[in-house]
Amino acid sequence: MGAPYQPMTPRARTSVGFWITGLLGFAILLGSLAIAVSVGAIAVPFEAVWGILINKIAPDTISVDWSKGREAIVWDIRLPRAILACLVGAGLAMVGASLQAVTRNPLADPHLLGISAGGACGAILALLHTGLFVGLLTVPLLAFLGSLGATLLVLAVSQFASATSADRLVLAGVAVSFVVMSAANVLIFLGDPRATHTVVFWMLGGLGLARWDQLLYPAVVLLFAGTYLQLKSATLNAMTVGDETATTLGIPVARFRLSVFVIGAMITGVMVAFSGIIGFVGLMIPHIVRLLVGGDYSRLLPLSALCGAVFLVWADVIARTVMAPDDMPIGIVTGLIGGVFFVWLLRQRIR
Amino acid sequence: MYPCSMKAAELEVIGASWAPHKSTQPILHPTSFRVCAGRVLGVVGPNGAGKSTLLRLLYRFHKPHSGQVMVDGQDIWSMNARAAAKRIAAVLQEQASAFGLTVREIIELGRTPHRSGFATGRVGDAQVVERVLSSLNLQALADRDFRTLSGGERQRVMVARALAQEPQVLILDEPTNHLDVRHQLEVVSLIRSLGLTIVVSLHDLNMANGLCDDVLVLRDGHPQGFGPPQALLTDRLVSDTFRVDARREQLVPSGTPHFSFTLPH
Repeated sequence: MGAPYQPMTPRARTSVGFWITGLLGFAILLGSLAIAVSVGAIAVPFEAVWGILINKIAPDTISVDWSKGREAIVWDIRLPRAILACLVGAGLAMVGASLQAVTRNPLADPHLLGISAGGACGAILALLHTGLFVGLLTVPLLAFLGSLGATLLVLAVSQFASATSADRLVLAGVAVSFVVMSAANVLIFLGDPRATHTVVFWMLGGLGLARWDQLLYPAVVLLFAGTYLQLKSATLNAMTVGDETATTLGIPVARFRLSVFVIGAMITGVMVAFSGIIGFVGLMIPHIVRLLVGGDYSRLLPLSALCGAVFLVWADVIARTVMAPDDMPIGIVTGLIGGVFFVWLLRQRIR
Repeated sequence: MYPCSMKAAELEVIGASWAPHKSTQPILHPTSFRVCAGRVLGVVGPNGAGKSTLLRLLYRFHKPHSGQVMVDGQDIWSMNARAAAKRIAAVLQEQASAFGLTVREIIELGRTPHRSGFATGRVGDAQVVERVLSSLNLQALADRDFRTLSGGERQRVMVARALAQEPQVLILDEPTNHLDVRHQLEVVSLIRSLGLTIVVSLHDLNMANGLCDDVLVLRDGHPQGFGPPQALLTDRLVSDTFRVDARREQLVPSGTPHFSFTLPH
């Protein structure tokens, strides 16, 4: 427990330090985006990337010395993909950070708690069985409902097993995750065999489906849900102390926890709908950010979003390049990095 | 007769009882007592006597199945949670150790009930936090990570957090648990100096003797007696409650009353 622990970079805890860290992170994010767009099976030089982007915003500023094909690769394929990586990374990191506060467990993560699996289950239902009965919205909608269902199941199981203590809540999540994954696999098994291949690949996590006209859904959800969480950052801080203490501060603990779980399910659901299951981002990123700027959620949430975005942009670069010209599912990359990180975390907690 | 601080409030419990479910045996049977403003009440009893349950009723975590808890004549369940939180604060045994909050950030949590919904800190909040920091001598630790503090320092921070709520009544659950002698004495003298109405659950009868104006003795969820410790804590009552042979002695040379315990034959 009270092991000696050197407080890291106390300067980053001040508001000036926060803004410097934030601006630096934003610069890194922009740089990462530029690199991500230029790297790939077909390399596009930096000048061309910037030229294409500038010309898209303000036409005819820069003389065109690149082919139409390159422009299509940058603008229609790689940029939306990189932006989707940002949105998914930011969303999952914020969900992870918030769930850690309301479960008071630093291991909480939408993937470990079965929320991602629930989203996948809902999305598979839409893709293979129900058809797109409300158009493009069907997949994100059913994914959200799936995530929400899994979330409520986790809460119900933890109530049923009287496992309200933090560690056992995660165990309840793992249990639900197994059950929901089996359900998802049954749905795949019962579905059209010709579509199975696509769905299995999608479920392993991938950002290849990014299109400009679909980025709106994750962006809007992230904007609203993220704003809500940010405004509730003081309450999230209070939840880290304990249910009873939070109650004595006048916080409606059960209702607040439920609302954070619903918001978390919403973000996770829509992210899963567009990118499949991408694990460990929500577990890993808030931890690293806590080491940098401390535990105050008013700083932790925005910087987690930023770091999550940067992390996933790079994870996608790795996924696209290691087996180029094929895409490796990004879930494999984050799973590998996250698993190693988890081992490191266990060692930290024992010491 | 007793210093009645302006900010303290009277706490009255009228026939309050509690059970986890309607059908089960109550953990706390109807209990009544009154703590005048600014007095210190100690709740003592063996493990499982219902001390924590009683405290949970006082800090509005559980709603009593029967009876009422009143602060200055007002039922705490007739006001909303935030209004109650401005009057009653609690120092519990749960602590935020894994999340890297600093001492100042933890104390700022005490301002939560004074803010509405989404609003963040105000200037007044910062002043209260500074005042509490200096009154508990915590300035030097203000920017330290809570995890790096010793047990005694942590307990002081948790008291500071409760004081930042600017409450009239303060509830403390076993505040001296796991503390060494020096830190125990520090916490006790801190409690005595606050001038609030205080309810504190204690393991140590000798500490209750020295610290409290009144004592409530619980056993198996039944109140066994209520009153000033010198008069209430007889050898007989203590022996029966704790199922030991207890004898009140006098320490030499200080003359302090002191219980000694032996197992009954």
